[in-house]
Amino acid sequence: MSTHAVGPRSRARQLVVPAFLAFMALAWVFPVALAVVSSFRDYAYTASHGYFSLGGLTLDNYRDAWAAGNFSRTFVNSAKITVPAVLLTLALSSSAAFVISRYRFRGNLALLGFFTAANLLPPQALLIPVYRLFRSIEVPFWLSDSGTLLDSYWSLIAVNVAFQCGFCTFVLSNYMRTIPRELYEAAAIDGAGTVRQFAQMTLPLCRPALAALATLEVTWIYNEFFWATVLLQTGDKYPVTSSLNNLRGQFFTDYNLLAAGSVLIALPTLVVFFALQKQFVAGLTLGSTKG
Amino acid sequence: MADRPRRTRGRRTDRLWIGLMIGLPTLLVVGLVWLPALATVALSFTQWDGIGPVSSAEFVGLRNYEDVATIYPPFWPAVTHNLIWFGAMFLVATPLGVLLAVLLDRELRGSRVYQAAFFMPVVLSLALVGFIWQLIYSRDQGLINSLTGSEIDWYGDPSVNLWAALVASGWRHTGYIMLLYLAGLKSVDPSLREAARIDGAGEGALFFRVVFPVMKPVNLIVMVVTVIESLRAFDMVWVINKGRNGLELMSTLVTGNIVGEASRIGFGSALATLMLLVSTAFIAVYLRATVKDGTE
Repeated sequence: MSTHAVGPRSRARQLVVPAFLAFMALAWVFPVALAVVSSFRDYAYTASHGYFSLGGLTLDNYRDAWAAGNFSRTFVNSAKITVPAVLLTLALSSSAAFVISRYRFRGNLALLGFFTAANLLPPQALLIPVYRLFRSIEVPFWLSDSGTLLDSYWSLIAVNVAFQCGFCTFVLSNYMRTIPRELYEAAAIDGAGTVRQFAQMTLPLCRPALAALATLEVTWIYNEFFWATVLLQTGDKYPVTSSLNNLRGQFFTDYNLLAAGSVLIALPTLVVFFALQKQFVAGLTLGSTKG
Repeated sequence: MADRPRRTRGRRTDRLWIGLMIGLPTLLVVGLVWLPALATVALSFTQWDGIGPVSSAEFVGLRNYEDVATIYPPFWPAVTHNLIWFGAMFLVATPLGVLLAVLLDRELRGSRVYQAAFFMPVVLSLALVGFIWQLIYSRDQGLINSLTGSEIDWYGDPSVNLWAALVASGWRHTGYIMLLYLAGLKSVDPSLREAARIDGAGEGALFFRVVFPVMKPVNLIVMVVTVIESLRAFDMVWVINKGRNGLELMSTLVTGNIVGEASRIGFGSALATLMLLVSTAFIAVYLRATVKDGTE
């Protein structure tokens, strides 16, 4: 916006602002760049030649980190938690949002507030009852090898869905409110019941919002750390994020290996982010500026 | 109900479906969020070792709260750390995010690239952020020490580790706020700015006198997000040292009292209830700013 700003002050600003932004952007990328560069460097080489030497490039860190961090298992575990949790969250929150935005009934807004608020509570404050609840529910061994819902993916998926439903219901109900009522009236006259209106009209119209939320929720649930740490107890069930600590314990000194592990963990979310940046940003901003 | 289906049978199945569609998600949220929250409050007035049945819990009134405030050494440090955490986010990271958003709001060349750079840390989990910054903070091989020759253990030394964690956390928080604020700025009516410019308002006056006031809902959201994130801060600190030795936070104390060696349920619940109280107050502010009847 510089078409009508030609004074010397604004010309200086035209230089200062991009310079400042460029500097900040480089500073912001730096920690990740450092991790990427370190991950390709040989520990013995940097130890003897110093960190700012050239050379000593290797892929071994990735091979070693992959094996030591048990990534072939933890990535599968993360997928087993993330995929069902995201699908369930979207299914439940879109149906809740449909009812809240489509029908007027007393307590309609209160219900929406009650969903939204649930997403903002500190999870640590709910730990005792949730932990006890899962531990007290006994299930057959074919469902969970611990005999209770504790230390099972069922509990982890359920608690993630419960928390994320709040945010998604809020975003989706705001989005669904923009669908004109006349469309529903026309569908009702054509004899479409609630379920058909929802499945054949509302859901297809909400595709952009659903895509945005799916992107966001995949990242969030993949990154979820607290519940996975406290609800899972068997080492081979841990998802990628919870296995971080083990990786460090084993390789206290080799920071290049640690960097390779970090890059491996970050990779799925970074790929999602760069491939679907538009969706990602839309998901977050739908929740904060509409309504 | 807005429409009137022709047949009562169809109407009944409709009602059943509507009930299910709203009932199932409500049940889940009540069962796994709201009832546990109430149970936490109830348990905070009891003493229970967590071994016997819940019925063996003994009502002790406010004693847990008294104990928390008087004979539990990590409590006041944790409160202080949470406040410092909030202060640093609110006074440094959040304003920086707002500044970046304001600068990026003009049609600047490369704006998308800058946005991606600032926002990138947000897609990383806080646990991973704590981990990545170890490459910078580590005593033996960390970047700072190899550049400056100092021997400070940035994550271990209780006089600096909170600040080290805050820098790493602020790195992520700034990007998040930048994005939220930028989206808000985009929705400001451009004619408002034009009018102010024609009146000769400079950039500073334009922002503080014109843009900032009309952004009130977004300002509130950004503030509440900052409070809530500061209160919920957990992952990074837990990864660093499980919240000990200079990094005590409310969230780590609650967790430590429950999953740790001595599980003191009533006591941990009193701490958790304090967290709930603070967050509920700010959630109320958030809801007032966001949840509105969409019909106007």
